[in-house]
Amino acid sequence: MSASDILFLIVAVVTVGSAAIVVLSRSLIYSAFSLLFTFFGVAIIYVYLGADFLAATQVLIYVGGILVLLLFGVMLTHRLYSLNLKTETFQVIPGFLIAFAVFISLALVSTRTQWHVVADKPLVPTTDMIGTLFLTEYLLPFEIASILLLVALIGAAMLVRRRTDV
Amino acid sequence: MITLHHYLLVSAALFSLGIMGVLTRKNAVNVLMGIELILNSANINLVAFSRYSSNGIDGQIFAIIVIVVAASEVAVALAMVLTMYRLLKTVNLDQADTLKR
Repeated sequence: MSASDILFLIVAVVTVGSAAIVVLSRSLIYSAFSLLFTFFGVAIIYVYLGADFLAATQVLIYVGGILVLLLFGVMLTHRLYSLNLKTETFQVIPGFLIAFAVFISLALVSTRTQWHVVADKPLVPTTDMIGTLFLTEYLLPFEIASILLLVALIGAAMLVRRRTDV
Repeated sequence: MITLHHYLLVSAALFSLGIMGVLTRKNAVNVLMGIELILNSANINLVAFSRYSSNGIDGQIFAIIVIVVAASEVAVALAMVLTMYRLLKTVNLDQADTLKR
């Protein structure tokens, strides 16, 4: 095992472990902050996969945007002076069984299947390729994504505004 | 040697943890965190298959689109959670049962 393999194993353990804390911890703040480590771990996994632009995007959008939004959601829906931001659980046993069954079936399928793997593609910078593809082959999804963002922006602002007419 | 299987196993673990979060948590924000875990695991799968397949970096394009959808999803969902808190004074999903009563 080389050093990078050991580092990958550490990153994988940290990612999955903090995801487990997200799911199992009683405290909402602990969940939100271990989600930070999960997102960073996924970004490092993207680096291992040669996706440099995607790793930067992951850090920018997930850590910088989505995590902050989730923390806002936690803070705005609880009284700040009550420090026990606890979450309750229900359906723990069936939920665990379903999640375990999903994991076992996914793991069996992904390890038993003979994938047609192309070994050792060279690692190249991907940013210019992604930019070119977005403006040529994937122009329609690119434009639809921008419209989706606009619709989500208007919808979110519409949902939370104070109603003055009712 | 890290192979495709390792990435798929990490992604499967993240996916099932996300499923468990969605199924067992009462707090709506915590359910959203589970959904984010599920989307991240799908992204790892997309990028891993794009790395180990022969047709370019199409998987990364898909992953970027998934990130865009996740960002807009969490914005709208948090707006809904805030509206629910304003109306019901709680964000526990089992207490949003007005239609059942």
